[in-house]
Amino acid sequence: MTRFKLRLFITGRTSQSQRALENLRILCDAELRGLYEVEVIDVLEHPALAENEKILATPTLVKRLPEPVRKIIGDLSDREKVLLGLDLEHLDKGARK
Amino acid sequence: MTGLSRELAKLATGIVGFDQISNGGIPKERSTLLSGTAGSGKTVMALQFLLAGVRDFGENGVFVTFEEAPSDLMQNVRSFGWDLEGLLASKKIAVVDATPEPGEETITAGAYDLSALLARIENAIRSVGAKRVILDAIGALFPQLTDGNIVRRELHRIAAGLRRLGVTTLVTMERTTEEGGVGRWGVEEFVADNVILLRNRLEQEKRRRTVEILKFRGASHHKGEYPFTIDTEDGVTIIPLSAIELKQKSSDIRVSSGIAELDKMCGGGMYRDSIILVSGATGTDADGRSVCKGGDRGGRAGAPLWSGGEPGAADP
Repeated sequence: MTRFKLRLFITGRTSQSQRALENLRILCDAELRGLYEVEVIDVLEHPALAENEKILATPTLVKRLPEPVRKIIGDLSDREKVLLGLDLEHLDKGARK
Repeated sequence: MTGLSRELAKLATGIVGFDQISNGGIPKERSTLLSGTAGSGKTVMALQFLLAGVRDFGENGVFVTFEEAPSDLMQNVRSFGWDLEGLLASKKIAVVDATPEPGEETITAGAYDLSALLARIENAIRSVGAKRVILDAIGALFPQLTDGNIVRRELHRIAAGLRRLGVTTLVTMERTTEEGGVGRWGVEEFVADNVILLRNRLEQEKRRRTVEILKFRGASHHKGEYPFTIDTEDGVTIIPLSAIELKQKSSDIRVSSGIAELDKMCGGGMYRDSIILVSGATGTDADGRSVCKGGDRGGRAGAPLWSGGEPGAADP
């Protein structure tokens, strides 16, 4: 069952883009296995999609579902903040105990 | 190398008076900062720059808005008779909406840059073949993002990117006081080369708007403040005072005053299109009714008469 619909906006094959992709893959594998769907959008190829979603910064992860829609900016290296953005902060607390 | 110091090329803005005080417009293919307090006319002037480009020079434009929604902006200038919606529909201009989404939260989780914004601006420029770009209310970008240093660094990169694309950019920025620093957030550092200040002072219960070109690096301009008006007919009109030049030729055609003797005294009548001051003390008929009568006989007023001085009356 897909509970999380995510979109990751990146610009080209920069190291920042690669880091965001890798961080997202690790996090989804660990916490959201089988529950998520990710679309990766390169803004350089699809600027109109970035326009629709009003993306300013890259990388930006957009949580489209579950609502509320939220934007998480950055290469997703701050795991705690990513979990907060995905409303999964309890997972982080659990991990620390 | 020619050995001559050549001035940077300028792009005529099409704003009445501005091209005179700036000796031809704003520096071409560069970014120029337009800074002023709230309500000083920054956005109107910037949009006029865009509109005049399309209307007078056949140059398309892009506007990037950071604070006001595009629909609100276009609505606000409709009273000037500016049909931005029409220009948008006919692909003369393109819009990039960089305003914050109301009620949307953003979380920062790691390093980022503003490549997406630059890509969107570049895409808009390409889509209409723009030559002019405005970045309106760029200060509104700062509260949207957590790190002011990143924003400044990225704005620098965006300015460089726009320069590469060969567009001429006007950036508006709010300042909090009429004097002192150019803008907030240290933004002036990234477009420090060219700065224009708009002021809107209250003087003796009257609003007095002025524009001052603070600096144009490598290009000349008139210095000091020049008054300007904003009205629904023409938008911004700058009154270039000391830079005004009289271009009309004076006439050598004589117009009869209607009094043969006076015509003789003037060497054949008054010059057409001239202004003649008739002066005299009370009771000397300085209002010159008889002269006017004569002048009108030809069916057209040849020279306006300015009568009013009563120097004798003022004397003790």
